Amino acid sequence: MSEDGLRAAVAAGVIGAEAAYGSLLRSIVEVARAIFSAKRSSIFLLDEETDELVFEALAGEEEQGLIGTRIPSSTGIVGWTLVTRQPLVIEDLTQDPRHSREVAEKTGYVPKGIMSVPLLVEERALGVLQVLDRPQRPGFSLQEMELLGLFANQAAIALDLLQRSRRAKAALEEGGGDVAVVARLAAALDELTEDRREQALALLNALEDVLKQ
Amino acid sequence: MEDAPGDGAAAQGSRSAVAEERALPAWSLPPGAGDQIRLGSEWPERVTREWALDGATGKGVRVCILDSGVDADHPKVGVIQGAVAISVGEDGAPIATPDEEGDLCGHGTACAGVIRGLAPECEIYSARVLGAGYTGSGPILLGGLRWAVEQGFDVVNMSLSTTKRQFAEVLHELADKAYFNRTILVASAHNMPVESYPWRFSSVISVGSHSEPDSHLFYYNPNPPVEFFARGVDVELAWIGGTTIRATGNSFATPHISGICALVRSKHPELTPFQLKSVLHLTADNMGGTQ
Repeated sequence: MSEDGLRAAVAAGVIGAEAAYGSLLRSIVEVARAIFSAKRSSIFLLDEETDELVFEALAGEEEQGLIGTRIPSSTGIVGWTLVTRQPLVIEDLTQDPRHSREVAEKTGYVPKGIMSVPLLVEERALGVLQVLDRPQRPGFSLQEMELLGLFANQAAIALDLLQRSRRAKAALEEGGGDVAVVARLAAALDELTEDRREQALALLNALEDVLKQ
Repeated sequence: MEDAPGDGAAAQGSRSAVAEERALPAWSLPPGAGDQIRLGSEWPERVTREWALDGATGKGVRVCILDSGVDADHPKVGVIQGAVAISVGEDGAPIATPDEEGDLCGHGTACAGVIRGLAPECEIYSARVLGAGYTGSGPILLGGLRWAVEQGFDVVNMSLSTTKRQFAEVLHELADKAYFNRTILVASAHNMPVESYPWRFSSVISVGSHSEPDSHLFYYNPNPPVEFFARGVDVELAWIGGTTIRATGNSFATPHISGICALVRSKHPELTPFQLKSVLHLTADNMGGTQ
């Protein structure tokens, strides 16, 4: 495939990445919350440029107003999870005064119990997924821990794919308005019905012939 | 709290004596020299947990906790012998400065409490490798391990791992250096489907969790890379602010094995990491070693 063809193909793939990205984040926290019948689930993603964790999405009854809050990337339970790459589950955090205060300030909610798992793709740590206040059951099982790890792995793979698309989109847009036009065209073409797509392709082929003259 | 450890020479006295006694080239054994490296005759016909652990308190054993720092005043932790914060210089060399921050998460305190509970008379040192951001965390982790190996600690507890391949080679070298210097590295196994280090190296003791509520119960895993399973589910732990929590994770199983290593080391200081790992294997609960 020529470089231009590749660009158009990439463009077709990345249009809509932004909207899908938000949907994916919400879906991850909603599914995580549902799997463990928890009151709430939240996701923090690493901003590598500022070296901070950003509170990106939550599922639960509370308001979404604190989304976007930033916290240090290597302190507290969320920072520990990110840096050490180790998942952990804590049952009764309300005894921890510092955690309660800091978390309340940053996220507007003080959990009693917390499951914290890193989002890892190959070498990289993308962020941390947390499941808060699942029902207290005697004898937390290792199977639950494994499930948490497996789900975090799937979530991380999906996030990584969409983050790549977002980066590609940003690169295309930075590359100039002309490329963005091609990207929008490719995306529009992709959504047409078959007969209309044929007509549009014929038109584009004719345009290509004209441009090459 | 006392000052951070110096060169660790005092604690290594017995090791130096062993090295001098041998005074042999490391790479070959001259004819007839087998007698010079005769191993202690106190090894029983069958290694039991009684032989390995009975009466042991961890006394004289220096344990380093590479983690988020330690809250020294916690009742489950008691006095610790030193606390440093690790940073790295421009040349990558570790810099250890006295740590006044305590614990930035709670996890290091939890590990210290587990080790203290098992080996009440061991010396505990905290080397904090967290708190300087995520971006620099890999070099600081390496720096912390390098510092701990240079200090000649008997046991180093690492409830952490990295997925960065660029650090794997150096971590591997450090793990081997520790192994040959008689420093026992105990590292949390990663229960997620990614490659991570240093727990996968055979020169460290890697630890996963079992769910039995018994801190002295541990199993040898005949299907490595995870070599041992220790208590890691619903463990009551020291946490910051003098509190206790209940928590689950391989990172809490790891200090259980570190504590048991400290006990064995205090009773049998002559054991190399290879021998100590063998003792763990022979005394594991699935080997009938408790009899």
